[in-house]
Amino acid sequence: MTDLTKLKIAEARDMLANGDITARELTKAHIAAVDGFDALNAYIAKTPEIALKQADAADARIKAGTATGMTGIPIGVKDLYCTKGVHTQACSHILDGFKPEYESTVTQNLWDDGAVMLGKLNMDEFAMGSSNETSFYGPVKNPWRKGEIDTVPGGSSGGSVSSVAGFAAMGATASDTGGSIRQPASFTGTFGFKPTYGRCSRYGMVAFASSLDQAGPITRSVRDGAIMMQSMAGFDPKDTTSVDIAVPDFEAALTGDIRGMKIGIPKEYHMDGMPEEIEALWQKGIAWLKDAGAEIVNISLPHTKYALPTYYIVAPAEASSNLGRYDGVKYGLRETVQGGSLPDMYEATRAAGFGEEVKRRIMIGTYVLSAGYYDAYYLKAQKVRQLIANDFKAAFEKVDAILTPTAPSAAFAFGEKSDDPLAMYLNDVFTVPASLAGLPGSSVPAGLDKDGLPLGLQVLGKAWDEETVFKVSAVLEEAAGFIAEPKIWWR
Amino acid sequence: MTYIVHGATGDFEIVVGLEIHAQVSSNSKLFSGSATAFGADPNTQVSLVDAAMPGMLPTINAECVRQAVRTGLAIGAVINKRSVFDRKNYFYADLPQGYQISQFKDPIVGPGVVTLDMGDGVTKDIGVERIHLEQDAGKSMHDQHPQYTYVDLNRSGVALMEIVSDPDIRTPEEAAAYVTKVRSILRYIGSCDGNMDQGSMRADVNVSVRRAGEPYGTRCEIKNLNSIKFVRQSIEVEARRQVDLIEDGGTVVQETRLFDPVKGETRSLRSKEDAQDYRYFPDPDLLPLEFDDAFIEAARATLPELPDAKRTRFVEELGLSDYTAGVLVAEKAQADFYEVLLDALVTASKKDMASVASKAANWLTGDLYGALNKAGKSIADTPVSAGQGAELLALIEDGTISGRIAKEVFEVMFETGKGAGVVVEEKGLKQVSDTGEIEAIIDGIIEANPNQLAQYRGGKDKLIGFFVGQVMKATGGKANPGVVNKLLKPKLDA
Repeated sequence: MTDLTKLKIAEARDMLANGDITARELTKAHIAAVDGFDALNAYIAKTPEIALKQADAADARIKAGTATGMTGIPIGVKDLYCTKGVHTQACSHILDGFKPEYESTVTQNLWDDGAVMLGKLNMDEFAMGSSNETSFYGPVKNPWRKGEIDTVPGGSSGGSVSSVAGFAAMGATASDTGGSIRQPASFTGTFGFKPTYGRCSRYGMVAFASSLDQAGPITRSVRDGAIMMQSMAGFDPKDTTSVDIAVPDFEAALTGDIRGMKIGIPKEYHMDGMPEEIEALWQKGIAWLKDAGAEIVNISLPHTKYALPTYYIVAPAEASSNLGRYDGVKYGLRETVQGGSLPDMYEATRAAGFGEEVKRRIMIGTYVLSAGYYDAYYLKAQKVRQLIANDFKAAFEKVDAILTPTAPSAAFAFGEKSDDPLAMYLNDVFTVPASLAGLPGSSVPAGLDKDGLPLGLQVLGKAWDEETVFKVSAVLEEAAGFIAEPKIWWR
Repeated sequence: MTYIVHGATGDFEIVVGLEIHAQVSSNSKLFSGSATAFGADPNTQVSLVDAAMPGMLPTINAECVRQAVRTGLAIGAVINKRSVFDRKNYFYADLPQGYQISQFKDPIVGPGVVTLDMGDGVTKDIGVERIHLEQDAGKSMHDQHPQYTYVDLNRSGVALMEIVSDPDIRTPEEAAAYVTKVRSILRYIGSCDGNMDQGSMRADVNVSVRRAGEPYGTRCEIKNLNSIKFVRQSIEVEARRQVDLIEDGGTVVQETRLFDPVKGETRSLRSKEDAQDYRYFPDPDLLPLEFDDAFIEAARATLPELPDAKRTRFVEELGLSDYTAGVLVAEKAQADFYEVLLDALVTASKKDMASVASKAANWLTGDLYGALNKAGKSIADTPVSAGQGAELLALIEDGTISGRIAKEVFEVMFETGKGAGVVVEEKGLKQVSDTGEIEAIIDGIIEANPNQLAQYRGGKDKLIGFFVGQVMKATGGKANPGVVNKLLKPKLDA
């Protein structure tokens, strides 16, 4: 019998429908895989009882003929999603012991479609990080190694990509604020998809930067991403920034036909000091799309170089306010000082509860919103953000999609960048601009570097045109023929 | 009108502006579905959003928006079809989110005007700079436990309108009149119940002093005043303090102060130097609030007649004096009572409205208010309903009882809550108009008072009053005075 954990979602869906396998069998295989995955530290909470219960319900549903694409599919959930009665801390110490009384809309959508929850996945604390080294629960390892050297899985959705790349989940929910889906997907040879801002509800997602946070899936194929996205997306009256427009059939967009489509290549994404093999991969991607009948158009996104500084003003500003609620009063960690005052409790709780990176961003955010600095930083950043959005708007009048590298490097070793925040922030240089503009984007595994580590290509689309992103991604996937798998060293 | 604070070195005038926080009358909070009833047990009206649980998001309550728009329309203000919610960031135990959602740069309502009636036909316009919507905080309770502070989040997230006046107020009386008038308007349109004692309306007062002709002085803000009396007193006390300070060579420091009504003084709460940096920025969880003209017009269509318009109508159409009309319209409950009373009286007496309007107004502002005041009651808990009042007045109109008997009947009605007809019947107070019966009494009285009769006939005309009085006395006041006069004179003159 085949190793059930190696199946793609689309394959499992068909086998479940045909009665070749049961959801219970599929789930049990994955529970075992999760148990064998401890060395990577991807799961910070396992929920096998819930998984088996959901699997049985899924089997009944399949029998009744009411299954959807996600019915019976075992997935992992990023710890940022509130899951009723289950560990939810966004991998922060400050939410110590927190188990919500409610379910996030995105995960509820998945459970409503019959998906199976394997557990909660490790991540950078409050999604702040690009290597999953800031988690209170410790770093996540990338299944892909540089020879014998462990590498980071990228971040912040490190647990999501690691579990999917390492066959410990068929898919995983992730979230993208400045690249937290796409960059780690690129580092792990997985497919990551971030929809248009407003496509998924943020209700029940622990907030990092509200105007940027957006849910999305990590999967092992473009088709799987489309299937999972279908379930996650949709308007939610409980999130006024979610938008009430029809969700298209994403899987139906995978026609493989991009003839006549115009693909933009932004000149500003040729970055100094970028490894040659990334540039080379990009050129390969361009050639693949051309071969498939697309027209390649050189475009300019002139404000690209301001995107990273703009992001590192807007996101920390919102974060500094969003994280104000973690004060030790209502839930989570509380550190008291003998004979101390209320401010003493705040200080002790927040000092003990937040990690270094989170503190750094709270301080940056507090600074840029302060009286006297607001206009120079926050307000100016908002204006630049608009200019960046305008760049894309102008470009998308000429092209249907944009192709770029996902990240400026492959996965790196632990500690390589964690002492240098600026070097770490540069990881998101290609993903941040589309986040600021609220646009949909993906990372498609496209090749390996000289060390045998995966590299991804990023496809960006117009607002609400996820279908084109999926379509182009699938063509790239097909052309790249990426079939490499990490060597299983953990069990 | 001016209010002068006399100092040792000269006279000072005061400059005052007010911020009124009015709780929006709505069944649920500004950004959550929780109930808002007053007096519920602690933490029984708290949603996940109000408690700022991780991942929770605010969703705007359209009813609160509608009420803010109606309030703006009621003071003739500019309605901003696009406004923005901002976060005001600070830490406090009863502020679960770590920020209050408010409106900073772009409020929902722009400039408007409130017209004050300062008596003797004098009015004064007070500019309203803006009205914005914001969330209330919870309540910290420091008196429940020797070591701990308890937090009640029932109020957390309740919708408030902050109504900010221009610094147009120049006397403590104007400040009191302004708060009274704003409260009256809010109650007329039902956007706030105006109950200051329950905390659903409270005022912050900004006070500064200056010598005549000088520019504005430095202001101090006195926070959280929960009665109109305290508004007036705190201004008087604070103005005096500032004048004394200046005359002693000191400088007024911009700061927030609290009014202590027991000691009759204001105390510094925090100075501008200690003031928090609230780091306002647009709330990224909420899109800008936008609505169209149709929404505004629909809100306008639900506005009732407002006090100024009602007053004009009472004077012009009902012939009431400006003063009486002003008294009647000052509180919506009174005006409503009056209009029900008048309608019922017209129906019961079949008389023209204008002919009974003044009588109804006089009874209401005289007899009923007098009795209510004496009993320490308000119009809301009057034992005599408008319908019962109309019944009473109709009995005077059709001659069943005299005005004097009516007062007696009213007293019983007020005590027992019984209807006028019932009281008249029970006490046998029905006016006697039977000429035969009255004639017999008159004859008896003339016969019993030969001296007075002789004097009358000797030219002392005024003694007719004596005979009328005797007849009324003999009938216990029930004789119809018109009939008595008509019958008495020919008999005396005979």
